Amino acid sequence: MVVFWEWLASILLVIGGFFVLVGAVGMVKLPDFYTRLHAPTKATTLGIGCILLASMDMHALRGEGVGVQEFAIVLFLFITAPVSAYMIAKAALHRRVPMRPGSYNPKLLQDARERHAPIHHCDQEKRPS
Amino acid sequence: MIKRLLPMPLHSVLLWMLWLILNDFSAGHLVLGAFLALLIPWLAHPLSDPHVRVKRPLKALQYALMVLWDIVVSNFEVAYRVLMPNSRLRPGMVVLPLTLQEELPLAILASTISLTPGTVSVDFSLDRQWLYIHALHVDSEDALIAHIQQRYERPLQEIFAC
Repeated sequence: MVVFWEWLASILLVIGGFFVLVGAVGMVKLPDFYTRLHAPTKATTLGIGCILLASMDMHALRGEGVGVQEFAIVLFLFITAPVSAYMIAKAALHRRVPMRPGSYNPKLLQDARERHAPIHHCDQEKRPS
Repeated sequence: MIKRLLPMPLHSVLLWMLWLILNDFSAGHLVLGAFLALLIPWLAHPLSDPHVRVKRPLKALQYALMVLWDIVVSNFEVAYRVLMPNSRLRPGMVVLPLTLQEELPLAILASTISLTPGTVSVDFSLDRQWLYIHALHVDSEDALIAHIQQRYERPLQEIFAC
């Protein structure tokens, strides 16, 4: 039984490590600022989640009780990740960081910066009358 | 009197529990935690705006579990897109027409969008009619918008009954 829980923790650590690595690779490899924003906010949430599950598993195994701290970490991560992504995106908007050429709807960045209705949408029908 | 001493009772209880979880359940921390749980809401409550309340807590729980599941799925999708060649990526901006108007549901919707598959919310229009979203890969804008409206916006409307 102990072996099973140790295996479980190991597998969770490997999966978690993989997703954290993918997040880091994404930071280097994705084409522009806005796409790079996706890698650390997403790929890592599951990575961190798996690593924390492994941590809970190991603590339970050692008879230290199921850690509630890990739940608190996940909770705070989920509350803070979107807020920081929003602030970073907003900073990029106002510094006029461009999207990669060939992106869909590039001029919408301008509408988002000025915070009005989408008058630059590439699809005419989507524009508000 | 109670209202003045305990302006945010639920927050106080949560703070106290959190303090005990992060430390331990010894007598000292019970007292210190209780003191902080009374002090912090008392200091913070003048800053808080009144906002709409959760009308259907069961629906809210169901929503939280659904979002958790979507986050797991989103991680696989984003991992796939990250490892794929950049030339096959079609990133871009989309715009979501909003029906929600209240602050708290809007904040939850924007956060949900940021946490789930390949989308990050960028900003609201000032009139709160539109939410600008950056997507890692846009196949069809209409499909993406319809998905967000049905899967996230509609349940939030039900939860907050607005």
